[in-house]
Amino acid sequence: MREIFRAAFVIARRDFTAIIYSKAFIFFLLGPFFPVLVGFAAGNLGGQIAKEVSQPVVGIALAKADSDKMLAARQSLSKTLGDRYFAQMKIVGDADAAQINPQTYLRKKTDNLSVVVTGTLTKPIVTGTANAIDRERADIELLAGYAQSGGSLQLPQATPDVVVETANNDKQLRTITAQGGQILVFFLTMLLAGMVLSNLVEEKSNKIIEILAASIPMESVFLGKLFAMLAMALLGIAVWTSIGLAGFMAVGPDLPSYPTPAVGWPMFIGLCFTYFIMAYLMLGALFLGIGAMAATVREVQTISMPVTMAQLINFFFASYALTKTGEPLEKFAAIFPFSSPFAMIGRAALEPTLWHHAVAITGQMLFAVLLLRLGVYLFKKNVMKSGSAGRVSEEGVRKLFGLIKVRR
Amino acid sequence: MYAIEAKGLVKQFDGFRAVDGVDLKIPEGSIFGILGPNGAGKTTMLRTLLGIIDPDAGSRTLLGSDRPISQSRHVGYLPEERGLYQSMRAVDTIAFMGALRGLPLKEAATKGRILLEEAGLGYAADRQIRQLSKGMAQTVQLMGTIVHDPKLIVLDEPFSGLDALNQAKLEKMIRAQAAKGVTVIFSTHVIAHAERLCERIAIIAKGKISFDGLVSEARDRLRPIVHLETETRDGPWRQALPAEAKAEGHYWHFTLPETGVEPLLTALVEGKAGIRSLSIERPGLHDAFVAIAGEAVAAEMDDAAAGEAK
Repeated sequence: MREIFRAAFVIARRDFTAIIYSKAFIFFLLGPFFPVLVGFAAGNLGGQIAKEVSQPVVGIALAKADSDKMLAARQSLSKTLGDRYFAQMKIVGDADAAQINPQTYLRKKTDNLSVVVTGTLTKPIVTGTANAIDRERADIELLAGYAQSGGSLQLPQATPDVVVETANNDKQLRTITAQGGQILVFFLTMLLAGMVLSNLVEEKSNKIIEILAASIPMESVFLGKLFAMLAMALLGIAVWTSIGLAGFMAVGPDLPSYPTPAVGWPMFIGLCFTYFIMAYLMLGALFLGIGAMAATVREVQTISMPVTMAQLINFFFASYALTKTGEPLEKFAAIFPFSSPFAMIGRAALEPTLWHHAVAITGQMLFAVLLLRLGVYLFKKNVMKSGSAGRVSEEGVRKLFGLIKVRR
Repeated sequence: MYAIEAKGLVKQFDGFRAVDGVDLKIPEGSIFGILGPNGAGKTTMLRTLLGIIDPDAGSRTLLGSDRPISQSRHVGYLPEERGLYQSMRAVDTIAFMGALRGLPLKEAATKGRILLEEAGLGYAADRQIRQLSKGMAQTVQLMGTIVHDPKLIVLDEPFSGLDALNQAKLEKMIRAQAAKGVTVIFSTHVIAHAERLCERIAIIAKGKISFDGLVSEARDRLRPIVHLETETRDGPWRQALPAEAKAEGHYWHFTLPETGVEPLLTALVEGKAGIRSLSIERPGLHDAFVAIAGEAVAAEMDDAAAGEAK
């Protein structure tokens, strides 16, 4: 066992050094910032577009005094309900001066009117399409009523009585925290597992794998590669966290706050971190098993695609199970090794029990070891055919594990 | 004591027996050649003996252990398909290979520099592998194979891809290691290398060992060839020559009769053959190989060797 870890360290040291001095590492570090930048840019662009698209306006064509009261009512109520609560309003005509058909105003393209209010404050008439009337009618009635009262309508003030938790909505809120943790761990895991796979394939194409296989146990090769990527990931996380913290310090209270998870923030972060390692070790071991048998990047893509898809399904499954806490489906998600880390992150957010996590982490670790051993077994069984250097032949995926006989 | 012992070793891929019931004993401290044409099963046999792949049947021990990988600190292996990290420096490559075999990294790097200096490549120690020529890279890999002072060195087709100068250097290195008591095993399809270097050989064809023993034993399987020149072309002395003796004028070529050289000489002298010259040629390993493995296998190896030389 000691020799396995010693040799794994030699591999991990070599891989880690090679990775952090490569251009790929820069892209790895920058990787998470691309979605943030794209999201930021898309948000700004969306906002800009929303600003530029002209908003519908409610046209007011009451008697001059009534129209003024309507606008004053809007202004007054907006202080309570928010400026965006009511549509924009514009006085388009004076009923005292001239009686004009409201449809004339609606046809004027420059004003962009959705409805026109005529009549009186006591009996307003709303002209527009059925949809527009449905949308604006209640607001117009409210404003007309308030205007009619001359601003004397008193709205009762509710006294706030804040409590920390309620049975009703805490689960719903914590689900958001759970989903946040799941998404973060999932993407990080997939990113790293893919890199482990590419690394091993590169090794095979360099034909170094035979030297490694002759020098040290294959378990050490696989373990070393997993640990090297893990070390790289931890370095990445350290960098991202530092930048994130710097961002938090800069933006401060404007950042969205997630509801406190059931196990508390420190334990939740610790568990997320542990489950990330477990998810990565399991997926990485699986990918290494696959990578050991593929000779080219093309073969890797062919073989790893179904695994990636399956992992995506696992993730969605675990996310869905969040809403079914305690039900058989959620229990299955927590037990099934590939969905277990994600499902358990959900549990950490929703339930305070801790012993579940000890059991799950032990189970996941054992499964990762099992996968690693299976990968080594398959490598020794199917790889290193003289001349082929382990190439998966034209039968491709069907022949992958040597479990399916191919008819010639 | 044997460096390697194999009994009934079998390894098959998709029903094809690459190694088919191999029994082999390689004594410690010898230079051992494994001869066979391409596809004979040499590489698969070596990989199985070294524990890179597991056999489907049979057993093997390497330096006394039935878990070959547990002895990897004492083994140096140069695979047929050479591979190195292209962006690694030459000295780091040797150090890495030494570290894999249990040597502390710093010590391996120091030894790596010394080995490179000895090989006349000291100036290239800090160059990346991709900046070296193929021959230089191959030398670096060879240095990585011996940096940890192994007890057993296994070289799979070590001469392939090397020019004559580097082949000579490699032969010198093999002899130097053997002189230190290291067991050197190498596979080749070039008989001349085995003939020059090996004390013992194994001949493998279609996954089976058809000969395992001393080079002299292989050669002794054939009778020596007698080349005779006589003054007379006929006479009673002709009775002493075997029936298959080939005549070219006054020249005769035939295998030495089992009775030996003395009765032949007596018969030639008494029969007044008038001996102008007589030489007895010991058969080479190539002839022995033809006799053991068959004409077709030998021709295949000759073709491969000729192709490589081109």
